Amino acid sequence: MLRLDGISKNFGGLEVLKDVSFTMPEGSIFGLIGPNGAGKTTIVNLITGLLRPSLGSIRFTDKDLATVAPHKITQLGIARTFQNIRLFKEMSLLENVVVGMHDHLNYGVASMLFNLNSFKNAESKARERALELLSWVKLDHKAHMLADNLSYGEQRKLEFARALATEPKLLLLDEPVAGMNSAEKNELMTEITNIRDRGFSIFMIEHDMRFVMSLCERIAVLNFGKIIAEGTPTEIRNNPEVIEAYLGKEDAA
Amino acid sequence: MLEWWDGFWAIYSTLIFGIGVNAMLALSIYLTLSCGLLSLANAAFMGIGAYAAAMISMQTGLPFPVALLAAAIFPALVALVIGIPTLRLSGVYLAIATLGFGEVIRVIVLNMEITGGPMGLNGIPLKTEWWHIVLLLGIILFILARLRRSKTGRAFEAIKEDETAARLMGINVAGYKLLAFVLGASIAGVAGGLNAHYTFTIGPGNYAFENAVDILTMAVFGGTSNLVGPVIGSTILTLLPEAMRYLKDFRLAANGLILIVVILYLPKGIWDPARFRTFRQKFMQSKSGGAN
Repeated sequence: MLRLDGISKNFGGLEVLKDVSFTMPEGSIFGLIGPNGAGKTTIVNLITGLLRPSLGSIRFTDKDLATVAPHKITQLGIARTFQNIRLFKEMSLLENVVVGMHDHLNYGVASMLFNLNSFKNAESKARERALELLSWVKLDHKAHMLADNLSYGEQRKLEFARALATEPKLLLLDEPVAGMNSAEKNELMTEITNIRDRGFSIFMIEHDMRFVMSLCERIAVLNFGKIIAEGTPTEIRNNPEVIEAYLGKEDAA
Repeated sequence: MLEWWDGFWAIYSTLIFGIGVNAMLALSIYLTLSCGLLSLANAAFMGIGAYAAAMISMQTGLPFPVALLAAAIFPALVALVIGIPTLRLSGVYLAIATLGFGEVIRVIVLNMEITGGPMGLNGIPLKTEWWHIVLLLGIILFILARLRRSKTGRAFEAIKEDETAARLMGINVAGYKLLAFVLGASIAGVAGGLNAHYTFTIGPGNYAFENAVDILTMAVFGGTSNLVGPVIGSTILTLLPEAMRYLKDFRLAANGLILIVVILYLPKGIWDPARFRTFRQKFMQSKSGGAN
């Protein structure tokens, strides 16, 4: 579904990613882990078109994303959440989610100006769908509150709902449980599994090992801009290079 | 009674026309602000509209609606051309670039013969009637109100709040910014066209830096979170200098003082629905608290 082929990214003289390749199968939860500064968020920014690779290609459902504008990539079916939550804080929860449906609201200027049926139907359908998405993450009872008034964990869940509103095939989660307590983490784990069960493919960046190991079917490990391992959680857990990257090398003496 | 009205109208019609025209100008800058763009080109767009309409009226026999249409279209075309490169800028950089553009337009108009140079255009036919202004202001308010409720208005607001997040929601950020800029230019141009047809004379100095700042002030003073704010702001700031005529030389100082006080204590403008809501809640709480 998603294939990165020989991706390198330089910022000036700084080589952040070196020859990164991996393939993510459809319908799975795929995890990308790695220590701080390994280049994980850079990969998400490359996939969503916010940054362009220096070398290599990114293919999504066999389409090359090299020259596609970010908003077009969203329209192709990739949505994401942000490590440092980026909601529209002055809007209500409902409006936040409806913004995500932007590309799926098809009405012309005339029907917008004169409140014709095509406008009314599209808008009321969007609102219904938004409420449904909010109910998936159990926020529908707060639909008309301002997003700014939500707790940290709730803001994360609203970001999920908003990302799902773009009708993605692939959902990219950038450190979904950063800064959360274990109760919130467990709740989010259920939400993510639920989303996967509804047929979305999920690509996740995460630090929290327990979280990644229990959720992901396949995991790739990034260290200093290189993929050092890829496989099932068990394989990753027993891979000596991964252990070294996380725990350091055992002293020979 | 009728005589009284005639006298009143003869003295104050220009002022009342000014309220409507200024409301349009404040709404034109509201539109770009609602998309997160601080553009100060609206005085220049007003000037382009004013000159286009005045020259059509003076040099061709074409009817007034055609002149006004030109006042809407010419600034929009110019905005389209300069918007594509400049809207890549944001914040104060865009403000400075658009101010620079305004200055370029002023100097061009100042040095062209066809525009009358520094003398400007004199003897523009007085064609603007009060109902032209009411009708056009009504249409502009109607269109903007409908925009706010649609996906376009939501896209503007999303861009204002977080451009990157908006882009990744599938919104064509550059396209919507350009739309806001071009529509704003068009509204400012219509205001200019109407204005030129009741002032008899226009000159390059009418559309300079001070006017750009005045337009911004009216919108910010009234509040830019909704359509009512710019209209109220422009009305008050148009009437204020008249109401303070008895202060004579201190008039401008008092005007400035009022502005400072409002910006300091009501940073979101006079008309701020969010503040009204908090007030009402506090009032209700204190009332129910008193009953217990």
